[in-house]
Amino acid sequence: MADVVLNNLSKAFGETTAVENLSMTVPDGSFVVLLGPTGAGKTTTLRLISGLEQADAGTVEINGRAVNNDTPAQRNVAMVFQQYSLYPHMTVRENLAFPLRSPILKTPEDEITRKVQDVADVLHIAHKLDNRATALSGGEMQRVSIGRALVREPSIFLMDEPLSSLDAKLRADLRIELKRIHASLGATLLYVTHDQIEAMTMATHVGVLDQGRLVQFGSPREIYENPVSLYVAGRLGMPRINALPADLFPGAPTGAKTIGLRPEHIDQEGGKACKVVRVEHLGDQTRLHLTLEGHDIVTLTDVHTDLGTGDEIAIQPRNPLYFDAGGDRIV
Amino acid sequence: MSSFSITEPSSRQKWAAGTLVILYAVITLLPLFWILATGFKTPADAISYPPKILFEPSLEGYVNLFTTRTRVTPEQLEALPPPETWYEAIVRNRDMVIAGPSRYGERFLNSLIIGFGSTFLSIFLGTLAAYAFSRFRVPLKDDLLFFILSTRMMPPIAVAIPIFLMFRTLGLSDTHLGMILLYTAVNISLAVWLLKGFIDEIPREYEEAALIDGYTRFQAFYKVVLPQAATGIASTAIFCLIFAWNEYAFAVLLTSGTAQTAPPFIPTIIGVGGQDWPAVAAGATLFLVPVMVFTILLRKHLLRGITFGAVRK
Repeated sequence: MADVVLNNLSKAFGETTAVENLSMTVPDGSFVVLLGPTGAGKTTTLRLISGLEQADAGTVEINGRAVNNDTPAQRNVAMVFQQYSLYPHMTVRENLAFPLRSPILKTPEDEITRKVQDVADVLHIAHKLDNRATALSGGEMQRVSIGRALVREPSIFLMDEPLSSLDAKLRADLRIELKRIHASLGATLLYVTHDQIEAMTMATHVGVLDQGRLVQFGSPREIYENPVSLYVAGRLGMPRINALPADLFPGAPTGAKTIGLRPEHIDQEGGKACKVVRVEHLGDQTRLHLTLEGHDIVTLTDVHTDLGTGDEIAIQPRNPLYFDAGGDRIV
Repeated sequence: MSSFSITEPSSRQKWAAGTLVILYAVITLLPLFWILATGFKTPADAISYPPKILFEPSLEGYVNLFTTRTRVTPEQLEALPPPETWYEAIVRNRDMVIAGPSRYGERFLNSLIIGFGSTFLSIFLGTLAAYAFSRFRVPLKDDLLFFILSTRMMPPIAVAIPIFLMFRTLGLSDTHLGMILLYTAVNISLAVWLLKGFIDEIPREYEEAALIDGYTRFQAFYKVVLPQAATGIASTAIFCLIFAWNEYAFAVLLTSGTAQTAPPFIPTIIGVGGQDWPAVAAGATLFLVPVMVFTILLRKHLLRGITFGAVRK
């Protein structure tokens, strides 16, 4: 395992800029999650590190060595793709052994057998080893492709939305699995997702990308509590942060255009009166959809609330975030 | 149940479908059966009218196919020692003796060498070219692909005279190499275009995964792309072989002695000692076998979709 350092990395496809001046350090043993909407440059960043794409400018350093001119094989990285991940003409066992048989690793057969068995046990696919890769369910396929990364000891694991095509329960299971693997192997991971639960639960660091640029890098808590911009604030939090005109509530600093209120940062005593539009009981939480002077607000309330549609309550902000006209945070 | 749902066909539908299939099979297989049967008839049975459905099988056609014979007078025949082999006996029944082997075996071997040689070369070059066109940023890609296709825009025989002159100048006339190159040149456009279609359908992610798993691009091609393209390669190979195997016009024009293939040879049998239809039919029957065997051997690859389950689209 090793540090991975990106210096001013840029990549364009024709007219489209995919990654622009990206600098970032993935510390040894960390679990870094890249967040951003589709087209933010997350996948391109992974492909630049893996060597599947060549950077237009900037350098990639793995373990202190610039690897820009190395082939993907020489970089010793493992990658889990979003889909199309297994070699369909091979069995599960052959898929898992494939990286170990590469001319770079040339692992002895007895060691291959042992490592494949170990990984299959960890991922609960040992009973499927002799199945064809095509005879697996979606969740099993993705476990095998994660396994194909785990059999090696790469400098870094690159994962491109590995859980996005799975159903909710499998996603939750594999999330825990990945976190456990990270902890037990001390592996370095760079993980791309647009699922904020994956980011919050697994990451040691989160990087937020916006149109190819890294706009904030820090721990999940930092990103959640101290976003540098409205864009970053909108990336984490469920329900999403409420963005309202700053003059809706008193106390806005000068230059503030927008007030950002996390659902849990709204006190339901005193302040401005607003109307309940809808009450959503989700079991573990209850969401209140409110309307205040024509603006929609979502907040949380007591799980067993008596409130109903049409009721009136008064709300006021607690620990609000303020943003200027450009969306940047005002502290 | 909506009108689009798939239902089990009724027994009447099955019966109707079965009848249609059998009818079609009878119509398409009848000529083959005719050729097969004629090969085992005597020359007299072969031209009898009405045609004989039931007849006494004879190997005369096959004997005539593989031998050359000379006619002898009854007195000369009397003077000969008794025939040593069954085929000698068949020939003597017709007041003839075997003069030597015919050239059918040689011609057949030429067909095998040239047919499989050009098929191999077409597939080898076609696969590499198709892969490059499918995966790399080739300059002028579309123009090159169009150029390759344009070689098929007129019937090859339209350029027979220039090719004849070129072959004569280069010393390729009546050589195996010349015929292999010619058939490859005709087949390569088909091979490139068909195979490009198949390779385009193989997701790049497989190769990218192999590159990251520690393999070079050529190894990724060899270990991941080729096995997935097996279906396409098999069907393309069958098309190439069928063309090269059946080709007649160029074979007549460009070969005469050493490299002559079976198609121009078979009709020449007719002229040798009367119209020997059983021998022609025997030659045609044997000529069918290699393509049939080749197709049967590759047929499991022709069933598409075996390997396409791991791709979630």
